[in-house]
Amino acid sequence: MVPNYPDALIARILRSVKSIAMVGASPNPARPSYFAMKYLLDKGFNIIPVNPGQAGKEILGQKVYAQISDLPAPVDMIDIFRNAEAAGPITDEAIANKDRLQLKVLWMQLGVINEEAAKRAEATGLTVIMNRCPKIEYGRLSGEIGWFGVNRRVIDNRKPFAFSQGGSLRRG
Amino acid sequence: MAEYGFDTLAVHAGAQPDPATGARITPIYQTSAYVFDNADQAAALFNLQVFGNIYSRIMNPTVAVMEERIAALEGGTAGLAAASGHAAQHLVFHTLMEPGGEFISARQLYGGSVNQFGQAFAKYDWHVRWADATEADSFARQVTDKTRAIFCESIANPGGVISDLEGIARVAEQAGVPLIVDNTLASPYLIRPIEWGAHIVVHSATKFLGGHGNSLAGAIVEAGTFDWAKSGKYPTLTDENPSYHGIRFYETFGDFAFCVAARALSLRDVGSCLAPQNAVLVLTGIETLPLRMKRHCENALAVAEWLARDQRVAWVNYAGLESHPLYPAHRKYCPKGAGSVYTFGLRGGFDAGMNLVNRVRIFSHLANIGDTRSLIIHPASTTHRQLSDEDRIKTGAGPEVVRLSVGIEDVKDLIADLDQAMG
Ligand SMILES: Cc1ncc(COP(=O)(O)O)c(C=O)c1O
Repeated sequence: MVPNYPDALIARILRSVKSIAMVGASPNPARPSYFAMKYLLDKGFNIIPVNPGQAGKEILGQKVYAQISDLPAPVDMIDIFRNAEAAGPITDEAIANKDRLQLKVLWMQLGVINEEAAKRAEATGLTVIMNRCPKIEYGRLSGEIGWFGVNRRVIDNRKPFAFSQGGSLRRG
Repeated sequence: MAEYGFDTLAVHAGAQPDPATGARITPIYQTSAYVFDNADQAAALFNLQVFGNIYSRIMNPTVAVMEERIAALEGGTAGLAAASGHAAQHLVFHTLMEPGGEFISARQLYGGSVNQFGQAFAKYDWHVRWADATEADSFARQVTDKTRAIFCESIANPGGVISDLEGIARVAEQAGVPLIVDNTLASPYLIRPIEWGAHIVVHSATKFLGGHGNSLAGAIVEAGTFDWAKSGKYPTLTDENPSYHGIRFYETFGDFAFCVAARALSLRDVGSCLAPQNAVLVLTGIETLPLRMKRHCENALAVAEWLARDQRVAWVNYAGLESHPLYPAHRKYCPKGAGSVYTFGLRGGFDAGMNLVNRVRIFSHLANIGDTRSLIIHPASTTHRQLSDEDRIKTGAGPEVVRLSVGIEDVKDLIADLDQAMG
């Protein structure tokens, strides 16, 4: 089953999280994870790349960590840019570091669904989102993705803030 | 996500008060280009890493509202506007096809599309094979290993033929190729092809969407349901793109990748972009689409019933009439109405048809459809003139045929006008 989430939940997450650890962040500018990282950095999020092969280097000016256990606190959200199988152990590592990092949200990328891992994470009080991209959701709920003709499925009758300030997402 | 009703979406989808001024109606952003915040943002925009505006050949905030509104009405993931319906079709095939490729199209088509597919596209070495819109098996018989797409009109111009969308979608599914449906004559008010399995919907928004005969415009909507990677037949979507540093569109943009590729590659390179002024006229038209379509269909049926009873009329080809062979297709695919474009034949043949178009006083004799005004034309001597005699008959435009696009005037005046003009 494809999970479905209310817009209000996604909006609340995107409004409240500040630090996002991106597991599977790539230094290759043609990769979707690079696109998402670039976009979210532009929107003012603090993005911390996690990739064992790149540990100690920088991606988009941000220091890369080898694993979740190495991350400095606080981290509000972990965004998993790996396949559904890999998402299992990554989720367990996130759970093990939940209290130390003050972690609140576990997010799996577009196309990534791991129901078992999601259940384990939710049991510890984490909010879990699967099969979504935070970049696309930010663009959709702020209104900015409308510039690409994307159907946002949102009707907003109020004057939005400038998209650089969060657009419709900012007011909630 | 909230599920708004069709009439609410027709008024609101895609639009919101202007962030800069609070203007409630979508402003006409009459600008060729957009300033960048800084060099880094400019680079990110050109790389498609952020959403934003660069140059109005590729995107424009006014045009984007129209794109999103049509996508919402069709139930798709994204839309892309073009300068005309023909431009939209060109962009779709430009994104899908490679030289040597084939596609299968219903032969019941707007005459201009017969030309575009058979002649203009042949210059790109893209080749069309023809099938019958009412017989899904006729599409299956044309499938080869070069087939890249299947195309049909939901309700075909000029004959008003209602295509077997469900059957044709099944053939497309089995062949592993996308079904493209031209939904111009039905509009999403009557038929939403994506619900029957279409993967891409195209429009001449010049017609019912705009609805007032004042602007050329076209649109593409993507369903977001086709797996572009499965067959390896769509390199534009799946292969590393050299003009964007090796990104793969499908991998990067997922269920709206087709529209991003059609925009960032085909529209960028072909250049058939829509002017923002036209987008606003179409948007204003769409707000009343449900009201107009209802009235168009009521009037069309009343005129067809009157024609069917008249001794001067040989036949009426309107699927809304219970006696019509496609009446069951009308009940299945578009129970709210069979559209307002159809043909009929006068017993007096070619000459009687010519006399009729010369004598009408309310119906306008011109080459368009989907206007608030009632329109009339003799296809054999106009829109379908370039076709061979054989092709004219196959597309439903024989010598005795008159085509109507019934408008939203008082129906008694329309009937009186036809009555006096038939002499
Ligand atoms: C069914 C259909 N498709 C496409 C077109 C082409 O659209 P445009 O004239 O906007 O290029 C037309 C125009 O008559 C049409 O009737």
